[in-house]
Amino acid sequence: MTAISSYARALAVATGTAAPTATVRHAHLSARPFVLVPLTLAGEANAPLAAMVGTAWDEATLLVVAQPRNRDLRFAFADQLAQIMLPHVLGFAAATEELTSGPRSLDAPQLIVPNPAGVEFVRLFARSTRFRSTEGEYAVAPNVPVLGRWLTFFAERAEIPGSSLMLAVTDLLGLHWATGQSALEDANLAALLGWIDPPPGLRGAAAARLAEDPRHCPPAGPTTDPGFDTEQLAPAIAAYDTAVAAAAADPAAGSAGVARAVTRLENLLRTQLQPTWDLVWRALDLLDGLPPGASVPARWETDRARYTGFHTYMVEEGLPQARRDGAVTAARRLNRIEQAQAAYDADRAFDDPLVMAQHRVTGEAFSGTVVAVERDRRIPNGRGKGRLVTRPLLTVRTEDPIRLTVGAKVVASSRRRQECVIEAIDIPPEGGGLLITLEARSGMGRSAVPAPGTVAEVGESLCYSAVLADGVRSAPMPDTADTPWTHGGPPEPYEPTEKDTAEAWE
Amino acid sequence: MQNRTEDRTEQRLDRLRGRAPRRRHDARTIAALTRNPGCARRAVLDAAGVDKELLARQIGFAAPFGQSPFAIVRGNVFEARVTADECAALLTLLAECLDTDAEAGADEATSSDVIYLDLGASGAGPDAEGPARRLERTEAVLRSEAAARAGAGSRAETRAEPRRTVLLAHPLLRLAVGGQDVYLEPDLLVIRPDGRAHVVEIKSFAVVDGQADGEKVAAAAVQAAVYVLALRRMLGTPAAVSHDVVLVCPKDFSNVPLATRVDVRRQLLALDHQLARLTTVQTLLDALPPEVTFDLAPAADGAPTRPAGELTDALDQLPARYAPDCLSVCELAFRCRQEAAGRTAALGASVREELGGIDTVAEVLDLAGGARTPTESQAEAAAHLMITARMYAEGLSAGQALAPPLAPLPAPAQLQASLSASHPVPASASASVSGGEHG
Repeated sequence: MTAISSYARALAVATGTAAPTATVRHAHLSARPFVLVPLTLAGEANAPLAAMVGTAWDEATLLVVAQPRNRDLRFAFADQLAQIMLPHVLGFAAATEELTSGPRSLDAPQLIVPNPAGVEFVRLFARSTRFRSTEGEYAVAPNVPVLGRWLTFFAERAEIPGSSLMLAVTDLLGLHWATGQSALEDANLAALLGWIDPPPGLRGAAAARLAEDPRHCPPAGPTTDPGFDTEQLAPAIAAYDTAVAAAAADPAAGSAGVARAVTRLENLLRTQLQPTWDLVWRALDLLDGLPPGASVPARWETDRARYTGFHTYMVEEGLPQARRDGAVTAARRLNRIEQAQAAYDADRAFDDPLVMAQHRVTGEAFSGTVVAVERDRRIPNGRGKGRLVTRPLLTVRTEDPIRLTVGAKVVASSRRRQECVIEAIDIPPEGGGLLITLEARSGMGRSAVPAPGTVAEVGESLCYSAVLADGVRSAPMPDTADTPWTHGGPPEPYEPTEKDTAEAWE
Repeated sequence: MQNRTEDRTEQRLDRLRGRAPRRRHDARTIAALTRNPGCARRAVLDAAGVDKELLARQIGFAAPFGQSPFAIVRGNVFEARVTADECAALLTLLAECLDTDAEAGADEATSSDVIYLDLGASGAGPDAEGPARRLERTEAVLRSEAAARAGAGSRAETRAEPRRTVLLAHPLLRLAVGGQDVYLEPDLLVIRPDGRAHVVEIKSFAVVDGQADGEKVAAAAVQAAVYVLALRRMLGTPAAVSHDVVLVCPKDFSNVPLATRVDVRRQLLALDHQLARLTTVQTLLDALPPEVTFDLAPAADGAPTRPAGELTDALDQLPARYAPDCLSVCELAFRCRQEAAGRTAALGASVREELGGIDTVAEVLDLAGGARTPTESQAEAAAHLMITARMYAEGLSAGQALAPPLAPLPAPAQLQASLSASHPVPASASASVSGGEHG
């Protein structure tokens, strides 16, 4: 929790509706997102029970596993999901642009799930399908392992801060609004939306209470409500089992009974999924109402490049991702995540004054007015030879409680290409805030005199931030083959083996 | 003297509970209790064995606690599989998991050296013969095993004596919590040839590629630590009970058991500390007016008839310490949350801290808006809040200047008005939350 988001929560308690913590949307939203609302059977290890999927609010497809403990049915579900999802996912690969670094798709698929538990479902479901063999004793449909590898790709991208390839709606809402309840209660999608967009005549708290009642509003999953399990789901699954047994004894007469039992389950599970499905689309509409942040397209470009890269990998090699990362791979991944986090934090603050507000509270950023400019200042470049470089000086008056020191690098949100260094911090004799002297170091063109408009004018209001995505390079990693013994030594090169596919089927 | 005090406490607790049968503590409730040791309400109600779930339902704040029948079936099936044939499958797993010394494990784990004792088998259940007998038997076995090994003496003799592994199923343990004895039932205890006892917990959550749900592992570890602590206190020799417990879980997506050793030293320290901090129940009872009771006055058919108002009044006599965490562990959390409305603690500990530890939301906003003079201890927090409020307002308006307007920021006057209206949450909402729960 930050000071700003905590204060916003207090405001939300007082006003009865969520308070904004962002003024722009910090994630890319696809015009045709692939929404997946999964349900699992309680107690089992990620056994799918049902899912509602589709790329438009009014085009939902319901998938149901009539007996989730039956592994054949589980993989039949995976096949059904693959038949719907893979054409969508692969459909973005054809249209590409040529860059010097290789091709990049013009758009990419986006997977939306209701909550972080939905992301975890995708990760585990991907794990349970990507190693499956398509031949031999426990063969699955050819689509299933391919789906598993793609879902693994999405789940891994979901760990990267700022990536929009797979998003959980509750995370997304929590990034843009603060409710008058605790973060723990915000995990409930319906309650969260109750605060952000309460039904007419209800205050946020009341709407959230209503939303917490599983009978009024089924949980967003993947876990179902225990009361629903006891009273409705268990009898319906038992009826299906009975019907299957009857059909085994008398196939001619029994098949209608099985169909009836499946229909009953479908109707039942639709009642649990439809409300969440509607909430997800409502949330997407709300988010779509926010203008995108300035750096969103650039981050989506990275996502598109990753998508094309993985697509190429699937075409050329297509082996399943390893169960666990080796030491070097893990260190690289962690490093990538840290860098992405730093870049994302900096970008969001520059895109959004309300995010910047948090850095101003902590004194890592300040806003103020330019009171003096020494535009044509030239100083020796410090490398001898008497060469002069252009280094304008700006003096900014601020009222903010800064915690920066002389020598700190800062960048203004409206002049992101210009890096400045704090040269002096003075208390003006007449009082009233601080005077910060900045030396502009870049972003002024190549000529001796700064290009027009590249240096701020007196009277201009600026917000400078020291939260920057400085490209700190980590120490070079050893080659995978040289992994030191402290980290387990060189890992066995991963090759899918018989053992992977022979994983207990029962 | 000592006895009289104990009797008095027991009588008072019986009166608090009323006619209902006593709800016993178990490892899970102790773990929950230690998560919020400052909550007098929970401490007293648990000590008295009040059925908090029924109480919450009667006052209109039913909490959605309950386990899915599918989860229960899966748990039972898995446990049955692990403990089948006197835990035959488990023995190899335990040997692999607990033997740091691979060579020692190889020649020891022969089945002839294994004794399997089911301490719950002879009685029809814990209530048939009372917990005392089973507790006695558990203690006797543990002590005789410890003595046998101590008697084995030197290394030479140890070799002569058959070194054996003892598996105890359905043991019963005792632990004093807040001055009350609590009986605990671990799944299994194993006494290794080296004489150390290990707690074995069978859980049905999956371990996929060596990783399991962190929250579930943490809960299981605390629960196991409760057993370790109870055992250590019963035996009086901490060294006889290992801080390494064994979690037995299904591997990957199968039903094949996998044993993992978990070090619970950290949990033990925390538990020990929290249990010592628990105010003894007697002190809390002394502060309670004598007429307070949570008797639900069940009718002939067992349905509670006590008016909700009376019960709520009784609850008001017992101060609660609500935190959002309570929602996942305590049946009364919905009621306490209602009471905590408008308090910063209800938003979570870290939010409260960010708001300078100020108690109520109204105070926070008054201080932030300069509408209230801070006390000396609030001065620093107030200055920080004023800055935060200014930055928030500036950030919002700057953002709106760049983009089409969002929800307008309420003016301070408006804020105050809506704040005073906000406190009693509409009764209709809370009533309908619990409305359907009675069936």
